[in-house]
Parts: sequence; structure tokens; C-alpha cells
Amino acid sequence: MSVTETVDIERIRTFVAVRRAARPARRAALSLALPLVGFLIVAFIAPILYLLVTAVDNPETRSILPRTLTALESWDGVSTPDEPVFAALAADLKLAKEDSTASQAGKRLNYEIPGMRSKVLAASRMAAGLEAGPYREKFLDQSEIWAAPETWSVIRRNGAGLTPYYLLTAVDLQQSPSGGIEGVAPDQAIFLPILGRTLLVAGIVTGLTLILGYPVAYVLTIAPRTIAAVMMLMVLLPLWTSLLVRTTAWVVLLQSDGVINAVLMALHLTTEKVQLIFTRFGTVTAMTHIQLPFTILPIYSVMRSIQPTQLRAARSLGAGPTSAFWRIYAPQTLPGVVAGCLMTFILSLGYYITPALVGGPQDQMVSNFISVYINRDLNWGLAAALGVVLLLVTLAIYGLFLRLVGADKIKLG
Amino acid sequence: MWLPSYATPSERLSRILVVAFAVAVMLFLIAPLFIIVPLSFSKDPFFTLPVREYSLRWYEDLFGNPRWFEAMINSAVAAVLTTILATTLGTLAALGIARPDFPYRRAIMALLISPMIVPIVIVAVGSYLFFGEFGLTNTRAGLVLAHTALATPFVVITVTATLSTYDTNLTRAANSLGASGLSAFFRVTLPNILPGVISGAIFAFATSFDEVVVALFLTAAEQRTLPVQMFSGIRDQINPTIMAAATMLLILSILLFAALALLTRKKAR
Repeated sequence: MSVTETVDIERIRTFVAVRRAARPARRAALSLALPLVGFLIVAFIAPILYLLVTAVDNPETRSILPRTLTALESWDGVSTPDEPVFAALAADLKLAKEDSTASQAGKRLNYEIPGMRSKVLAASRMAAGLEAGPYREKFLDQSEIWAAPETWSVIRRNGAGLTPYYLLTAVDLQQSPSGGIEGVAPDQAIFLPILGRTLLVAGIVTGLTLILGYPVAYVLTIAPRTIAAVMMLMVLLPLWTSLLVRTTAWVVLLQSDGVINAVLMALHLTTEKVQLIFTRFGTVTAMTHIQLPFTILPIYSVMRSIQPTQLRAARSLGAGPTSAFWRIYAPQTLPGVVAGCLMTFILSLGYYITPALVGGPQDQMVSNFISVYINRDLNWGLAAALGVVLLLVTLAIYGLFLRLVGADKIKLG
Repeated sequence: MWLPSYATPSERLSRILVVAFAVAVMLFLIAPLFIIVPLSFSKDPFFTLPVREYSLRWYEDLFGNPRWFEAMINSAVAAVLTTILATTLGTLAALGIARPDFPYRRAIMALLISPMIVPIVIVAVGSYLFFGEFGLTNTRAGLVLAHTALATPFVVITVTATLSTYDTNLTRAANSLGASGLSAFFRVTLPNILPGVISGAIFAFATSFDEVVVALFLTAAEQRTLPVQMFSGIRDQINPTIMAAATMLLILSILLFAALALLTRKKAR
């Protein structure tokens, strides 16, 4: 007993000593990577985290209507509030009118109560002209929206610094006035269908690149060396060409006066111009073209390592060509298929440029809506929330990729 | 090569079909790229083939019009700065990762590769909002920072791949012969891994030079890059100057690709 114990302690001591001795080397290795890790944290991770915060940030009501929120603390939640609340609202809106912040508060509340923006602006104009109370009657005379308890519970709820509103909206959910979470009306559920469409297009593109790419990867392994080199060039060159150039090429090809229509007409395959651009077909074709090399390369690199003698052995043992392919060859290419397909699926989820230029309104993906909410609607919270949803889906599949394939397996050409 | 000697006639047929299919896919891959070249030399302002009359008028516009020319200069400056930053940071990191006692390898690799994975719009919007807090939107510095983050994974991957074939005993020998750490790196390690470093630099340059989405969000008219200028052109009114710009980008890609191919061939020798 005591002998083994000493041995064990000796082994532990040795282990600890080795680890300690290795520590400076580990630190030195790590310190070389630290500048890049630090840079990425500042220039890449921080912006993404900032985006995540924007998705739950809720500053408007809190900063523009602080007195109203304080007055609402004693409100019962079911009836129209009393004079003190309206007096506080009038004071807040008077200041908001002076600082020109009323429209911000109105815009924020408008997300949850349609029509609220104009009501808040009108009320702020009225409040600016009021010298003394009572205020309650004046507000109620102006609009019945101020009588509804729902209006006040939304205002009170938005006194919180963080809001689930944008994230819920991004997955077609909403908070009921009582605080519970429910689905939005079916005709207003737009974001889950967009996410579904994004996943569908990414799936179709992944499937097509596999069907088109697998034989190419195979022929690359059986072709004589020089021909294989030329073919490899033809796979890698598109990968090297700017995504915008490739998309531009598809715009030109798919246009109604474009090359494909001209060819179809010349061959008398069609007498009228076919609508190709701004369609799902055009989007999927262009994306498949762009993603093909990403699927081909990992499959090729796995196929190259499969010994041709295995197939010969299978055949000599009596397997037919089909059976030898499906039972011996195809299963061994699976790691490459998984790597290539996951990579293409991940990258397809984030497409923006190609659907924007080649797709129609029904082909716009989550990314396109993020851009629209930032640039056109100036609804940063919702854009950020859609970004969170897209990021989570992408990271989930990246996690799968890391588990099945590994980050160190990514090669470039 | 094409066929094993024991192939049956039906196998021959299916093999021919597979090769024919692969050739068709290759054409699908390559043909669209080169469709833009003849169109950029067309005299007509629309895109039909065959081209009726050739002219250089769209190239005159590309190089003569200050908007296009400035966009090219802006792209080149941003790409060069990105290349310098990304290559330095990426090579250093790869040197660490390649050491056998690098800790938390999987987690750190996953982080370093993630800029390739995260949807580009998320990077663009995040940078737009975050950099805005520091007044970095509509500046070249902001664009270069974001592009560098996007470009570093390529440098890390290429340099790590080269280092996997580098014999670390060479560094050790240099050290034992009295070279300091820095001197051993610059005189022994770097010359040996240079093809990988240059490959990474080429990738970094191409990443920045071709990038549209982040540039769309982070630049104003003054820093507008060539791809942004092209993108807004395609959206509003597609004109053949865009074809000329696309052809120039295509030629640049081919040149960079050829440089890379030469480098990797040398490495293999």
C-alpha cells in the first residue's frame, strides 16, 4: 500500500514539475498569438458584442419620459392614470419638444403601439403651449389613446433599460399588455418566414454544389496530372475572383436583354424573353456558382487520400461497380462531403450582395433585411436583433463544423 | 489513368458520362467570369453578344473619370494598409500556434478563424455602430481595422500550413550558433516560411480589395472603394464602365492567383 502511494505521489510530483517546466514555453507560444487575439477582440468581437447590446438596449423612454415613469410607479395598471401622471407627462413632453427628442420617444413607442409616433408629437406640441394644469382632460380630449391602460403599461414597461422587444419581434413573438409572451398575428409574422427562406436557399445551394461538385472532385483525382492541374486552375480561379465581379457577371447573363435570353432565343427554345433576373432561380444559380469551389475543395482533398487499390480489392472480391462505389468509396469521402457542405451552408446563410443584385423581393435573405433596417428604417434595435438570430444560427453550425471537422482543417486551395 | 484496367463496358460508359458532366460543370464555373471581358470592350452601352463594334470608351471613363479613379486609389491604399497589418499580426500568431506547447489551441484557432465564418453583414453593422462611437465611421482607419480583422484568418491558415513543414531544428541550430531570437527569426525562420507569408499577404490584399459590404457601411464618398462604386452602379443604372472595372478586377485576381501558384510551386520543389 504505502509503496504504491509513494509512487503515485512521485508521479504527481513529476507531472506537476513537467507542467511547471513547460509553463514558460506555453507562455511564450501564447504571447505570440496575443497581439492578434487582442486585435480581434477590439476590432471584431467588440463590434459584434456592441451589436448584441443594441438588440436589447432601450434608452428612449427612460431618458425622455423620466418624470412620467416615476409618476407611473403608483399607477394601478388597469384604469386611466390620474392627474399627477399626466402632469409629469406634460412636463416631460415640454422638455422633449425643446430638445427635439419627442420624435425619438414617439418612434420607439410606435413600434409597440401603431400610430403612437404622431400622437406623441401632437401631445408634445400641445404640452409646449400649456402653462398650467389640469392636464388630464386636455390629453384625453386630444386623443383617446391616452385613456387606454395598454398605452400606459407599454410606457411603464419601457422604463426598463433593457427590452426583449426587438429579439421577440425578430422571431415573430410579442409581449402582451399583461406581460406574457405570445405569437404575433399570422399576417404580421414576417421574420420567421425570412429565416426559413434563408435556411431553404442555403440548403438548396448546398445540395446543388454537392451534386455538381462531387463528380468534379472525383474526376480531379482520376485525370492525368496535367489535365488535373488545368482543372484545378478552373476551380480555384473563380474562388479568387471578387464576389462582386462574379455577381456582376450573373446580372449581365440573367438580364432580360442578357446573354442567356439571347442564346435561348437564337436556339428557338423560347420566343419570348424569360424572366431570369430578380427570381429565386437566378439567385440560387449565382450562389451555387460562387459556392461551388468551397464544396469541391474539401471533397477533393479527402478523395485524393483514398487508395485506388481498395476499389480494386472490392471488385476482385465480387462487388459490382455500383456496389463498390457506394459501399467502399462513397463512405470514405463522407468527411470531405461534411466539411464542404457545412462550409457552403454557413457561408450561404450570410449572403447579402448576390440576393440584393440578382434576387427579387421574395429572395431577400436575413442579411438584406438587417441592412434595410439599418439604412432605410433606422430601426437599429430590430436590425441588431435579426443579426443576433442570424449569428446564433451561424455559430450553431460553426460549432458543428468545429466538432466534426475542426478549425485547423480549413485549407486554402 | 482515367480507367482501371478491369473496367467493364458499362463502367466505361458511366465513366465517360461522369467526365462529361464534370467538364460541363467546369464550363459553368469558368464561362461566366469571362463573359464580362468582351462586353467591356463593346461600343454599345448595352450587354448583348456578339459584340458589334469594339472600343475603349468605357476604359477611358474608368481611368479618366475622377470618381472611378479615386475609388481605385482608395481601394489600393486600404488594401495595402490591411495587408501590412494582417500579415504582421497573422504571421506572429501562426508562429505561436505552430509551437507544440501552444495552450488552448482549439479555442484560440476557433476564434482566429471566426472572421471567415460570421456573416459579413453582422461584421459590417457591428463595426458601423461600434466604430461610430469613436468617430471611426467614414474614415480610412475604420475601414482598414475592419478589413484587417477579415483578412487575418487567411494569413493564419497559410502561414500555419507552411510552418507545419518547417524544421524547427533550424531555429534551434541558429540559436545554438549564437543568433539571438530576433536574428534567428529574420535570418533563418522567415526566409524559410516566406512563401507562406507572401501567400497570406496576397490573400489579405485580395480580401480587402474585393470587399464590398463592410466598405458600404464604413465609407463615405471620400473613402469610397472600387467595389462600392461598382455596387451602387449596378443597383442604380448598370453601365459598361462597371464591366471595365470588373474586367480590371478579374485581371488583378488572375495576376494575384498566378503569383500564388508560382509561390506554391516553388515551395513544393
